[in-house]
Amino acid sequence: MQSSLVVLVMSLLVFIGVNIVGNPVDMLINPEADQEEIDRVISDLGLDRPVHEQYGYFVFNALKGDLGKSFIYGEPALKLIVQHIPATLELAVAALLMAIVFGIPLGVYAGLKPDSKTAKTIMATSILGFSLPTFWVGIMMIMVFAVQLGVLPSTGRGDTVDVLGVPMSFLTLDGLSHLFLPALNLSLFKISLVIRLSRAGTREIVHMDYIKFARAKGLRQGRIVMVHLMKNIMIPVVTVLGLEFGGLVAFSTVTETVFAWPGMGKLIIDSIHNLDRPVVVAYLMIVVLLFVTINLVVDVLYSVLDPRVRLQDQKS
Amino acid sequence: MSDGVPTLSVRDLRTHFLTKAGAVKAVDGVSFDVAKGRILGLVGESGSGKSVTGFSIIGLVDPPGRVVGGEIRYNGANLLDLDDEAMRDLRGNRVAMIFQDPMMTLNPVLRIDTQMVETVLAHHEVDKATALARARDALGRVGIPSPEERLHAYPHQFSGGMRQRVAIAIALLNEPDLIIADEPTTALDVTIQGQILFEAQKLCRETGTAMIWITHDLAVVAGLADEICVMYAGRIVEKGTVDEVLDRPIHPYTHGLIGSVPSHNSRGRRLTQIPGMTPSLLNLPPGCAFRERCPRADEACLAEPEIAEAAAGREVRCFHPHLEAGA
Ligand SMILES: Nc1ncnc2c1ncn2[C@@H]1O[C@H](COP(=O)(O)OP(=O)(O)OP(=O)(O)O)[C@@H](O)[C@H]1O
Ligand code: SF4
Ligand SMILES: [Mg+2]
Repeated sequence: MQSSLVVLVMSLLVFIGVNIVGNPVDMLINPEADQEEIDRVISDLGLDRPVHEQYGYFVFNALKGDLGKSFIYGEPALKLIVQHIPATLELAVAALLMAIVFGIPLGVYAGLKPDSKTAKTIMATSILGFSLPTFWVGIMMIMVFAVQLGVLPSTGRGDTVDVLGVPMSFLTLDGLSHLFLPALNLSLFKISLVIRLSRAGTREIVHMDYIKFARAKGLRQGRIVMVHLMKNIMIPVVTVLGLEFGGLVAFSTVTETVFAWPGMGKLIIDSIHNLDRPVVVAYLMIVVLLFVTINLVVDVLYSVLDPRVRLQDQKS
Repeated sequence: MSDGVPTLSVRDLRTHFLTKAGAVKAVDGVSFDVAKGRILGLVGESGSGKSVTGFSIIGLVDPPGRVVGGEIRYNGANLLDLDDEAMRDLRGNRVAMIFQDPMMTLNPVLRIDTQMVETVLAHHEVDKATALARARDALGRVGIPSPEERLHAYPHQFSGGMRQRVAIAIALLNEPDLIIADEPTTALDVTIQGQILFEAQKLCRETGTAMIWITHDLAVVAGLADEICVMYAGRIVEKGTVDEVLDRPIHPYTHGLIGSVPSHNSRGRRLTQIPGMTPSLLNLPPGCAFRERCPRADEACLAEPEIAEAAAGREVRCFHPHLEAGA
């Protein structure tokens, strides 16, 4: 219920926003075209009608799954977006995995040995991860790894393999090497975030009585960290990461542009350039839907991880 | 009962917290023995160093705390000389501890069976089914109804008293030689408390487990312990058999405590009735730590009293003990 309301409000905002931004006709039409031609194009695109009518028309069609045709490609906007979703999702998921794989161990280590040199280095680096702009780091990565060292490719998806009719990079070695740099670039911010969360969680939880009791039971340090500590810090980490996943998709515009990754982020930037309104609107609607879905999934995950929440839900 | 070497023999134990403000001498020169099958009651008001004494024995003093001196002999061997792995294998296996706060001792996100089975597996090479069977038996022993089902529950599904019983069951799992029980019955209602005390006593008598029972509650100690150590400001001020100390306290502090309990049978009394407060353990002034609150204090007490034998089997740390009358 609440979710559908969010989507509706967003659709209104998006529609108004896009209408204010600029007149696509200026972009589409040959400057030398005569007035008659201009009028024809305008009425073709439905731009001659009042704005509220355009909106009503838009909502009506949107409910049928039709978000209009791209002015540029002449294809349904939704189809265009959907075609570009897998590349973006692949990138975002890879970045998310990197955030977990690098972020949690580093953060837990820094939390367990807060005064060690290694911990201090980790924390200092994570500040860099927070403060350096993504596009700048991306360009630096390209310069170092692709240009100077020549070890990793810097553009495109590389060889792909079709999975259920969808091309995927991560299944080929070449594809993986293409995926690595952009995924790392996109995840730097999240790695830093996970490091901070895990460190804060670890520092709080090691002082809990139940950790001390686990030691009093004679458990090995490995088990205490991997089970007793980890299970508790996973709750906030997963919640935050889940909520940040939408952000990853949104932020991928920058990374995709820098690394020429053919996902919907790159598509949207191109479309904004060309004032390709239906595509922009379709993109924003899809992203809203994505955020709403993610929030639902996170709620579910949260209750799977935390027995206290799970059992409360069962009771109510 | 004892066959020579006591199960635990603590000598001149000193555990200090080296804080920025200075050294907090939480435990400062504590000595006592616990023989096989015996129960030692460790009493004293809040902050007197009872818990820190317990944690020192199992080697789990929180930093910046550290055992800075003394000996902790378990069956004759000094635990302070053991390496980390030997100490780990001793904890929860030969020496178990039950913590003060039952609400916080169990991990909220792990099921009871997980938390019990791991305790067995950390010390014994048995299969999971065997470990699980032991867990079930232990839960039954502390009076948890339908243990089989309760094994699958999470801690928050238990009341405080039930959680404490689970913690006690965990301590019993590996049939330790020594159990350090830090106020384990405070959260329990009277019937359950009685049941637990009875079980504890039975366990010690039957299996020869030695026990240190830390408490505020003199009534608990009276019915349970063989010997009593009274702690004040990190030191033992009086030591003796339970009957001697409770019936004829000779240290002014103990004297005040017993006086503040209207009758020996009244239970649940906290030992905080003596006027004044425990002195800060940070930079304790020289002389007797009880001086500010002691009705018998005089110039002699500006020097530090040593613990000394006052009568047969009785030790006291005081210049003017209540030896004259039967109190
Ligand atoms: N982490 C710590 N840092 C500094 N000082 C500490 C720390 N833990 C304990 N202490 C000091 O040790 C003293 C003894 O604490 P302890 O927990 O042993 O008291 P207790 O006798 O168990 O009291 P209670 O009956 O309230 O449990 C405290 O007064 C405190 O000053
Ligand atoms: S030594 Fe002095 S001050 Fe201390 S308890 Fe005895 S009489 Fe009181
Ligand atoms: Mg205590």
